[in-house]
Amino acid sequence: MNRAVTISAGAAAGVATTVWAVRRRAARRAPLHVRAAITVNKPVGQVYSFWRDLELLPLFMNHLESVRTTGDRTSHWVAKAPAGRAVEWDARIVDDRPDELIAWRSVEGGDVPNDGTVRFAPAPGGRGTEVRVELRYDLPGGKAAALVAKLFGESPDQQVRDDLRRFKQVLETGEVVRSEGSPEGTRAFRQFAQRPAQPVEVGAR
Amino acid sequence: MKANQWMGKQKVKVAEVPDPRILNSRDAIIKITSTAICGSDLHLYNGYIPTLRKGDIIGHEFMGEVVEVGKGVGNLRVGDRVVVPFPISCGACDACEREQYSLCENSNPNAGMAEKLMGYSPAGLFGYSHMLGGYPGGQAEYARVPFADVGPVKIEDDLTDEQVLFLSDIFPTGFMGAEMCDIKPGQIVAVWGAGPVGQFAIASAYLLGASKVIAIDRFPYRLRMAREKAGAETIDYSRHDVGEALREMTAGRGPDAVIDAVGMEAHHSSPAIDAYDKAKQAGKLETDRAHALRQAIMNVRNGGIVSVIGVYGGWIDKFPMGTVVNRGLTIRSGQCHVQRYTKPLLERIRKREIDPSFVISHRLRLKDAPKAFETFLNKQDECTKVVLTP
Ligand SMILES: NC(=O)c1ccc[n+]([C@@H]2O[C@H](COP(=O)([O-])OP(=O)(O)OC[C@H]3O[C@@H](n4cnc5c(N)ncnc54)[C@H](O)[C@@H]3O)[C@@H](O)[C@H]2O)c1
Ligand SMILES: [Zn+2]
Ligand SMILES: [Zn+2]
Repeated sequence: MNRAVTISAGAAAGVATTVWAVRRRAARRAPLHVRAAITVNKPVGQVYSFWRDLELLPLFMNHLESVRTTGDRTSHWVAKAPAGRAVEWDARIVDDRPDELIAWRSVEGGDVPNDGTVRFAPAPGGRGTEVRVELRYDLPGGKAAALVAKLFGESPDQQVRDDLRRFKQVLETGEVVRSEGSPEGTRAFRQFAQRPAQPVEVGAR
Repeated sequence: MKANQWMGKQKVKVAEVPDPRILNSRDAIIKITSTAICGSDLHLYNGYIPTLRKGDIIGHEFMGEVVEVGKGVGNLRVGDRVVVPFPISCGACDACEREQYSLCENSNPNAGMAEKLMGYSPAGLFGYSHMLGGYPGGQAEYARVPFADVGPVKIEDDLTDEQVLFLSDIFPTGFMGAEMCDIKPGQIVAVWGAGPVGQFAIASAYLLGASKVIAIDRFPYRLRMAREKAGAETIDYSRHDVGEALREMTAGRGPDAVIDAVGMEAHHSSPAIDAYDKAKQAGKLETDRAHALRQAIMNVRNGGIVSVIGVYGGWIDKFPMGTVVNRGLTIRSGQCHVQRYTKPLLERIRKREIDPSFVISHRLRLKDAPKAFETFLNKQDECTKVVLTP
């Protein structure tokens, strides 16, 4: 149990988005509220379906190891964590309106109570789909909350926005876009630790 | 492979680096046959573009032969000869669909960095700092070209490298500068800067129907090129009052449109003002010196268009907003949407309407890049444009 913390809180897409995205230090652990929005140049049906296929989420959510669907509305999530540790949880979708909205809430009694919503709407002027994500976390005391709080990055809004950017890249271009300065693609930590703009050697980081 | 790296203010070095490899399925690797130094590289060289880092490979005007393609590239084959546009563009986002390629919404992995400095992020560019993507440039033996199914333009006839190389940047840039002027028959366009970008802006303004183009610079050899090769009338701003001269040449109206092909390191003929801006720039109180832009704005006719293709990196001060508003001016600008122009301009080259190689003054080897940068920066030896071959 010291290598993997199981958080039995329910969560869906957005939880993952924010595992890296809660700013408060463990000591304070004020509730966190993050929003981000992006426009994706694809029809709303396609954008909704892509997000609803939760197993695809690790394609654009950096911190996610995997998502496994366990039922129509339930799934099991494994996030990457520092020093090889893992954070896992089960997610439950509480509202699901095709082409419109997916909402989730953590299960009663979880270590990190949270809820979140992703909304989809056709963008005006035929510009594809507006995607709006909203997430709320309670971070009370406890080991898991402390670890989760520690995992969360410096600027949660930026992190969520970066997740959405990768979501857009995957939908519009087929994959996460990589440069030699940021070979993993858009990732907040790389903004401060760029590789030089030089070719990446095999196996280099 | 060998590549030209930025090592600090006014210092570049050609050294060994790993060969590029495919990182995305729509990448191609190009073996570079010709690569040029741009006026924009001088802004990088001089350290005026934020987030350039020591060791970065620079250069964004290059062409060569395809040596490897990712599995997502259907239109190119090994052996194809291509010119590569300097903006990296996905072809699928809203901006790309509207042909605003330098505003591609997907090609900058460091968009967060650009947002902090500029509000929203533009496209990633080759060899042009980390806030613009952190992509290595093309002053090298090889380059990785992302979205190779969108940008590179195949050259299938016997046109030489020198005739087509500038489709990568400066010919489209000059052309876009002229296009933004909305030139109507009988109109007069004034172009600040008779560098390679200015030369193409002049030539393009004529291609688009200007009746007269006036070039403004202080280097006699560049003004001579503007007259003899591009057909401009010229003003040497170090010897004449530009405002007076333009008034005279346009019978008191002012040019219908003006093009800033100078950018953030403009020189001022009044030593006091030049020193003022240089000091502020050195102290980071303003990042850019905008003499040419200010002068262009002051001298365009009422209701005229100000087309800014010279590059600015950050902030300027003493911006004459009063004249913009009260005289109803329109300002247009942008990094060039190169992909929009490559095919039509290649067609014009094929039809011999223009031979872009006229701007080349120096042909050197890639290993000579440090010397070439110095010569181009200081406009020594009548240097207008340097082409390097690996
Ligand atoms: N927008 C784009 O996509 C794009 C693309 C390529 C280059 N550029 C920019 O275009 C500009 C010119 O590039 P270049 O390759 O021709 O560079 P260059 O350095 O060869 O030419 C600049 C010219 O401007 C002249 N100049 C300086 N101060 C002046 C002043 N006050 N009035 C009139 N002329 C003045 C210089 O004497 C020089 O001849 C640069 O800022 C470059 O970054 C923009
Ligand atoms: Zn350039
Ligand atoms: Zn794009």
